[in-house]
Amino acid sequence: MFKKTDTAWYSLMMLPGVILLIAFTYVPLFYSVIAFQKFNPALGIQNSPWVGLDNFLLLFRIPDARVVFTNTLFIASMKIILLEIVAIIFALLLNEMRSMGAKKAIQTMVYLPHFLSWVILAGILRSILARGGLLNDFLFIFGIKPIYFLGNPQVFPWVLIGSEVWKEFGFEAIIYLAALTAINPSLYEAAEMDGANRFQKMRYISIPGIAPTIILLASLGIGNVLSAGFDQIFNLYSPIVYTSGDIIDTYVYRVGLIQGQYSIGTAVGLLKTVVSLILIGISYLLANKFANYRIF
Amino acid sequence: MLPSKNIFDKIIDWVILIVLLALGLSTLLPLINTLAVSLSAKAAVSGGLVNLWPVGFNLNSYNYIIQDGKFWLAFWVSIKRVVLGGSLNFILAILTAFPLSRGTKEFPIRNILMWFFVAGMVLNVGLVPWFLTINSYNLIDTIWALVIPTALPIWNVIILMNYFRGIPKELDEAARMDGANPWQILWHIYLPISLPAMATITLFSVVGHWNSFFDGLILMNNPDNYPLQTYIQQLVIAERSVLNGGQAILLSKLSNNTLNAAKLFIAMLPILIVYPMLQRYFIRGLTLGAVKE
Repeated sequence: MFKKTDTAWYSLMMLPGVILLIAFTYVPLFYSVIAFQKFNPALGIQNSPWVGLDNFLLLFRIPDARVVFTNTLFIASMKIILLEIVAIIFALLLNEMRSMGAKKAIQTMVYLPHFLSWVILAGILRSILARGGLLNDFLFIFGIKPIYFLGNPQVFPWVLIGSEVWKEFGFEAIIYLAALTAINPSLYEAAEMDGANRFQKMRYISIPGIAPTIILLASLGIGNVLSAGFDQIFNLYSPIVYTSGDIIDTYVYRVGLIQGQYSIGTAVGLLKTVVSLILIGISYLLANKFANYRIF
Repeated sequence: MLPSKNIFDKIIDWVILIVLLALGLSTLLPLINTLAVSLSAKAAVSGGLVNLWPVGFNLNSYNYIIQDGKFWLAFWVSIKRVVLGGSLNFILAILTAFPLSRGTKEFPIRNILMWFFVAGMVLNVGLVPWFLTINSYNLIDTIWALVIPTALPIWNVIILMNYFRGIPKELDEAARMDGANPWQILWHIYLPISLPAMATITLFSVVGHWNSFFDGLILMNNPDNYPLQTYIQQLVIAERSVLNGGQAILLSKLSNNTLNAAKLFIAMLPILIVYPMLQRYFIRGLTLGAVKE
């Protein structure tokens, strides 16, 4: 059935992809050796002096690194946790709605921010969260004094977490809504026969029905705890809030590219990659174990 | 059933509707606010009077933008990257996904290549080596810097590969009987029946290209080469007002706030226009990549 020439065809089709993969993924991997050098662009990789683990040892000494690491961990894990909670509640409530028209209209509204870039949304948020902006005007009705959302280091991480949840909860809920529609309707009918009210149906049928999905997404979330959302933070932060809002990725950008400390920037990036790899490995093992999830 | 329960149920229905409507409006109101600000008078905006309806309605900001060469230059760069980048993504996703969807009997090195790809996906080496690599290829300040490094959409490849695997094998066995080679099977059988999947991955990459700003920022030294999102990022977020093209007379009637709001609105307009399509295909796309076993 299969001919020898088939392999040639398939290889030919794969060729452009393989070349691109080598050029833009594996070659940069080779460039990461500058993490073990005192890299000087004028000398290039061949001639820059080797310094062993000095760059990494330096990282463990500078206080910035610890702040950046804890900020990343805090912002990323709070985002994951709150996003899932809001998405689950939203999906459960939407599932309770009977009017299909209202359901569609609400879904149309909440999915929209997912498709807009953080540049656009940050531009909008900067005006809405300003002292005289829409949100402070709204809070003023309840007698709350103006809050400096983007300039107060105590508030800023929560602005990041809140706006991420706001942008993504609708879209995140799609997966839960799909899981809810997959629940066998006869379960609800049987529960109604036994006199269950809607809370009991939610508690004993809907929530157990989406539990595997919850576990799956929670497991996959572990792989992301070192990525706190570069695009969002880069467009919302400022030096006033570095103490609580600076994350690994923004730090790498400033130190590595803006200040031109290529070796330090690469060392931070490399550490992040290694730790992320371990976490992704763990998350896929968990996802596979608890939810039979496989990506390919 | 007791009648009191029905009333209780109705109240719950209303509470749910109000909560969901509030969530829905929370996503919509900021966008309406932006539109209102862009159409309002300078004084009303700086006085903080504009919420959801324009105050002192005028089109000055849009008139200004129409004549702003820098804005349309950036818009054009974005169009170019969407068309070039989207096409490259489309071609590479198909060419790569098809061989990877074959079994090892048909394509013996399939598993090795698959591992090579997945390793490439997770070995995200970080910003600095990535930048140095692209710099070494002399792509900086060309449109190719925005489309070639992202030309291979690994995630789309996996979605499409899983979709191809779901297609019944009987179809290509029949074609093989007639002597078709793999290219003909891909072209005449797999492509025509995969159109929904193609539409989905194309939208993924078009939206991705339209929305990305960071590659434009670090790979373009000349601001004339910025795509729209980078241009707006520099203007609105980093507040580099040098990018505003001249025209001081009109500017005196405008505040930066109204002008920026208008630019933000124009930049999201393409997304709003394709949004009905996005909604339909993205949701399908989410379940498309799932392995059915």
